[in-house]
Amino acid sequence: MKPEPWWDEFTIEAEPTDRLLDALHYVKWYKDGTLALRRSCAHGICGSDAMLINGRNALACKVLVKEVAPKVTVEPIRGLPVLKDLIVDMEPFFEGYKAILPFLINADDPPDRERLQSPEDRARFDDTTKCILCAACTTSCPIFWGDEQYIGPAAIVNAHRFIFDSRDQGAEERLEILSDQSGVFRCRTTFNCTEACPRGIKVTKAIQEVKRAVMFRRF
Amino acid sequence: MAQRTQRRARRTQDFGSLYKGREGQWSWIAHRVTGVAIILFLFAHVVDTALVGWGPDAYNKVVRVYQNPIVGLLELGLVAAVIYHALNGLRIMVIDFWPKASDWNRQLIYGTTGVFLAGMLPITIIMLKHILKEHF
Repeated sequence: MKPEPWWDEFTIEAEPTDRLLDALHYVKWYKDGTLALRRSCAHGICGSDAMLINGRNALACKVLVKEVAPKVTVEPIRGLPVLKDLIVDMEPFFEGYKAILPFLINADDPPDRERLQSPEDRARFDDTTKCILCAACTTSCPIFWGDEQYIGPAAIVNAHRFIFDSRDQGAEERLEILSDQSGVFRCRTTFNCTEACPRGIKVTKAIQEVKRAVMFRRF
Repeated sequence: MAQRTQRRARRTQDFGSLYKGREGQWSWIAHRVTGVAIILFLFAHVVDTALVGWGPDAYNKVVRVYQNPIVGLLELGLVAAVIYHALNGLRIMVIDFWPKASDWNRQLIYGTTGVFLAGMLPITIIMLKHILKEHF
């Protein structure tokens, strides 16, 4: 076992339209079977294969070989403990997610049918429903790398999804959690998260909306 | 906030590669660097003004150091740091309080950098002229 991280290099042939994930599979299946990486759906929706590709966070299944050829450097996402190769311990990431109560809070009696909502009310938080919890945003954040307590962009995005939902009644509780010193005001608006999001969520914008909701209790 | 397990931050020097963030990341780094530079100057500034308590001679003797051409260049750097930090700070406040501004962050960064460079051009000429006239 090597206690220190190291680089390894592989030369393979691939079609320009292959995805980087295909190339990593080729390495794992034909070059070095010990290579460890997470992937599941391979179609950009399960959020398993976020990695640091040529210095930027992205999903390996959404990056084409022609975008990165002839030479590509792949690293595990930053700020989380590396377990092996490209696999990091996601537990601290999910703890931040759980901390913002990512579920509908509504004390009213359940209606006979679904809880109705106007298209305008639904549109209010549409952008943040797209999150797949891949951690590309959180692990692109310089504050998250340096501050061990910062809850991170993904948790705030998912808080936004419920805070601005007209059917939800837990906004006060979530805003209280996020006004903590390790909460939303750690954000220094570097926009790395917005650039990194493979779903195109305007992450920084959502964080800013939550900041203003904390300050003015307006949501 | 609920107590979370300690996340041991990874040391970036273990890997050495730089995250290739875009304009936002670089403006953030520049904001920090200029901020630290200004606060370091303020420490020196507090000391040099406090010297007046030891009489005009002590004060004049130390403040004369500011006439050194190298310190003159440092002063030019200080002006640049203050102007950049102020303009970028205004941009950050706009991002904080005007919801739509987040969509235009990159353009805002180019805008503030442009104003900064346009402002620094005459300032640099004036200050360099002064240094050259005094010493050469």
